[in-house]
Amino acid sequence: MACTKAEEAPGGGAAARNPVVICRCEDITLDEVRDLIASGYTTMDEIKRITRCGMGPCQGRTCRQLVLAEIAKATGKDMANISPPRFRPPAKPVRLGGAVAAAAPDVERGEGDGRE
Amino acid sequence: MAVNRRADAVVIGGGVVGASIAYHLARRGFGRIALVERSYLASGSTGRCGAGVRQQWGTRLNCLLARESVRMFERMEDELGYDRSIEFKQGGYLLLAYTDREMNQFVKNVELEQSLGIPASLLTPAEARAIVPMLNAGDVLCATYCPTDGHANPFHVTYAYVGAARRLGVEVMTFTEVKGIVVENGRVARVVCDRGVIDTGVVVNAAGPYSGLVARMAGVEIPFWAERHQILVTEPVEPVLRPMVMSFSRRIYCQQTPHGSFIMGMADPNEQPGFSTESSWKFLVEMAREITRVLPPVGDLKVVRQWAGLYDMTPDAHPILGATPVEGFYLACGFSGHGFMLAPVTGRLISEIICDEKPSIDITGLDLGRFERGELVVEPSVV
Repeated sequence: MACTKAEEAPGGGAAARNPVVICRCEDITLDEVRDLIASGYTTMDEIKRITRCGMGPCQGRTCRQLVLAEIAKATGKDMANISPPRFRPPAKPVRLGGAVAAAAPDVERGEGDGRE
Repeated sequence: MAVNRRADAVVIGGGVVGASIAYHLARRGFGRIALVERSYLASGSTGRCGAGVRQQWGTRLNCLLARESVRMFERMEDELGYDRSIEFKQGGYLLLAYTDREMNQFVKNVELEQSLGIPASLLTPAEARAIVPMLNAGDVLCATYCPTDGHANPFHVTYAYVGAARRLGVEVMTFTEVKGIVVENGRVARVVCDRGVIDTGVVVNAAGPYSGLVARMAGVEIPFWAERHQILVTEPVEPVLRPMVMSFSRRIYCQQTPHGSFIMGMADPNEQPGFSTESSWKFLVEMAREITRVLPPVGDLKVVRQWAGLYDMTPDAHPILGATPVEGFYLACGFSGHGFMLAPVTGRLISEIICDEKPSIDITGLDLGRFERGELVVEPSVV
């Protein structure tokens, strides 16, 4: 999937400070992402690890595509050729206490996590 | 793109240990240095670790190495000119004893630590609770606490070292995989990578869990295995846990990062050697069960992510540092789960050895030869 013109944020370059929030879980702005790419961090894995972008409760469902598109734009690579970070469990946040209850032998399967 | 070139030293492994070695070699003016990493920086064990930095150990050598590393972490941002924070937080380590054997070991450890100027002390369960009010101290026999232990952000520490190394001229070659090491007449001649060949007289093996494979490329066998350890992180909450909390008999550790999230891990005594970094549901359940016994309020936190990394294990849980029978081939591996915290001092010591200086800490006991001589330095206090 190639990045389209419509995905380009208004203002363009890093000079125009851009208040667009890319990662809502961790409050990461488009400018922060662009600054990192400009300073040589051109993999999603590195950007994720420096900014925590994509490490929040949504696991990057929103920001992943946006950051990959920014990297594609800056490096001229096709988005399909840029590695996304690995999807990691759990698919949805789960309470530690809930995990204990769910695994307890006297609790019927599925009931233990009811407080989620 | 072919990268045929010459370097005075090639450091294999773009984790925190390799980054620290490359930086320290460059600072000593060793010449042209290449840091070779097969993926992105800190993509292996460094970026997956529990991030703890502790000085409470059962052997003199581990204590000395950790004590010096803490001093280096304390001034790292200034020394390396890093424009972000390495998030070094000295909230202490609280180690919990649940068995008589553990308690006896803790008494010995604290005596050793204090003799080396490490400010650790033995605490009653009530004193431990004063430091961690959420602690279930019911079955705790005693605890030890060292206020200058803590944790730091492994990514930022690695990037800080690499940034400083780059400014000193180190060439950082990411997404470059080492395929072979050519040895001629008993000494290192070149490193063969998937993107070209580097002629060099000095190679440092800092490949973490893959160090055994890299050593074999140079014809050096090391007693060594990789072992998966799992870990998870919760949603962030306000600061409520100052120290890292750890128990050897329960095989767990747990800390709250400056970001607010809780990071915790647990060792599985039945884990088999191997390179798998898959996560398991079993780990999540067992981790949840143990941590909610030790720190009950943590049960209300939501886990947002779990992952796994590899320990680079040696038979005595001490690293292998220094020269090998192959001239010019050096080892900095086998950290057995504490490579991150020892990385600063390791970089300095390895660079001193390579530059033929007297190492600032005597680490002759940590050479590869100790296994053949039967002179293991067994560390009793590891998770």
